[in-house]
Amino acid sequence: MTSLGTRPDADAATLASRGATARIAQRWFVARELGIVLALSLLVAVTASANSRFLSAQSIKDLLLGFTILAIVAVGQAVVIITRNVDLSVGSILGLSTFATGSLFLAAPSVPIPIAFVVGTLLGAVCGAVNGALISAARVPALVVTLGTLYVFRGIDYTWAKGRQINAADMPDGFLRLGTATVLGVPVLTLCALAVVMVAGFYLRSYRSGRELYAIGSDPAAARLSGIAVGRRVFAAFVTSGTLAGLAGVLYAARFGTLDANAGLGSELNVVAAVVIGGVAIFGGSGSVYGAALGAVLLTTIGAALPALGVNPFWQRAAVGALLLAAIGLDRALAVRVASRLRGRRARGD
Amino acid sequence: MATEQSTAVDDRRGWDSLRSWDVVVILAVVATAGLGSLAIDGMSSPRFWRFVIIEAIPIALIAMPMTLVIITGEIDLSVASMLGLTCTVMGQMWFLGVTSLPLLIAMCLLLGAALGAVNATFITVFGLPSLAVTIGTLALYRGLAYVVLGDRAVANYPVDWTRQVISPIPRTTIPWLVLVVAVMAVAFGIVLHATPIGRGLYAIGNNVDASTFSGINVARTKFWLFVLTGVVSALAGVYWTLRFASARADNGTGLELSIVAAVLLGGVSIFGGRGGLIGVLAAVVLLGVLRNGLQLAYVPANTLTIVTGALLILSVVGPNVVAMTRQWLRHRRSAAPPVAGA
Repeated sequence: MTSLGTRPDADAATLASRGATARIAQRWFVARELGIVLALSLLVAVTASANSRFLSAQSIKDLLLGFTILAIVAVGQAVVIITRNVDLSVGSILGLSTFATGSLFLAAPSVPIPIAFVVGTLLGAVCGAVNGALISAARVPALVVTLGTLYVFRGIDYTWAKGRQINAADMPDGFLRLGTATVLGVPVLTLCALAVVMVAGFYLRSYRSGRELYAIGSDPAAARLSGIAVGRRVFAAFVTSGTLAGLAGVLYAARFGTLDANAGLGSELNVVAAVVIGGVAIFGGSGSVYGAALGAVLLTTIGAALPALGVNPFWQRAAVGALLLAAIGLDRALAVRVASRLRGRRARGD
Repeated sequence: MATEQSTAVDDRRGWDSLRSWDVVVILAVVATAGLGSLAIDGMSSPRFWRFVIIEAIPIALIAMPMTLVIITGEIDLSVASMLGLTCTVMGQMWFLGVTSLPLLIAMCLLLGAALGAVNATFITVFGLPSLAVTIGTLALYRGLAYVVLGDRAVANYPVDWTRQVISPIPRTTIPWLVLVVAVMAVAFGIVLHATPIGRGLYAIGNNVDASTFSGINVARTKFWLFVLTGVVSALAGVYWTLRFASARADNGTGLELSIVAAVLLGGVSIFGGRGGLIGVLAAVVLLGVLRNGLQLAYVPANTLTIVTGALLILSVVGPNVVAMTRQWLRHRRSAAPPVAGA
């Protein structure tokens, strides 16, 4: 974060002002996530008052189901973006894992459902490990590598599928029921996403290696000099992203039932958009997975709210773009304000 | 997206590193075309090259300004959406009764300039990262394209327009538009490699602060670069509309990644400051020859997707591994104890 004066005789003052820095930064992050919650509540309130059916039980359930998959992939993407990298291959990993799940059930209809989860998730982890190994061992930019694996993974998916489609009838009932089952009115898939967000959020906040991801994103060179195993952490970030995309692929299969090789096609930029709208800086070092998940919720809610408001659905994509621009503009304005406040404090010798 | 900013610093002279990669890509084109015409029936025919060129024109067009943008260390992911929006606006204006082709083209180019200027304003005036801004405008412009035409298509253009756009140079099978692309390529090449403006682009990509202090107006240069990208994307949009005789909101969806892939495969560093136009154009041709050649050989399109991705990864991993091995060898040699008795 901001480096303040480090004269030996000013240690106490430095520590005190560093505490202040942390507090301001903390408040800023809270404000950032609160902002999305507010925008979300406003959107829901306006839509619900215009169209009462928007808050019917079925509609809420659809909404909750809708953001699950995007939110899970966005959490993994957030972990990667926090380290100042990007993973463009998530859509292809999701597609590969979805088709693998379908094929597994096609080949062995009696396979236990947990095994399907393990297989899909592991496949995602392997894809993520390929990305991570290329990026941290061969030291090549993540944007290029994952753009390449976006094509490679999708190509493997197509080659494997050969245009076939797997129908819901080929899947075990128990698995498909998982896609729509609810506990106390909340879909199981949503609980799944919630668990992923909580675990990732807790890890990033409270574990040393989690904090190190932020350090890497703030300044990779400084992180390396201070003894952080940058390569290993970045590798782990990509494995996480791949694993979560794999998990999302299995959930996609459970939710939609009818699958072909196109699952998740072109979704990578949507995922990045959700993460950035959620307040994760595209150049790393700040933001949280809670924000990323909220960004995913906001994006899906807009998708559901516009038709309910009677807006031409063709406006939806334009609205997403405008929202993304507004989000990064807002972040920039907030960052400038925080920076000038910090400067003000330092000048006063606070 | 720097994991390893320090490895991007290259102590070789720009031209040395760049020329060798250009040669690699050109050799790859020659080898692919040569081996292909031996092994695959029809790949040596003039018709094959005609199809390669017709297909490569929009990618080649947009790849040129994209090269300049990436050399300054920025990126523009909204190009395909600008192309799509231009297509729909052109279609809609034709539908509403604008029947003069020059007027249509002029309006489209103006639109492209305006779209590019929106990107440029966010990036250079507000100081926002171009990756995030252009992901935003990618969605915004594509969305507006759907707003303009919805799911309709406008397809009833005069036959001379649509025939003209792919008509060959007399007595050959090569489309005449390739001359336009060639003239533009020469212009871009001269600007990039032989003028202070072009050298300034490399300077910006290598070190923004240093180039600011040496008197380059970084913001203004980037601003006009994004406007230029918008104009050329719009031009590609006009071509796209007439070549397929169809304006639809989904024209060119996903093309941005193919263009970025070609630019990077052509040896331009994603961190900026390195690369050249010859390599990029060779990479565009390489991808076009590969795609059409494999199609002729009845290789499924999926394999081509894998090949594209693998080439892209190889193009960055290969040089890095070579450099790392060389460094490791040098390190070992200098660390080795002196030979006994010497």
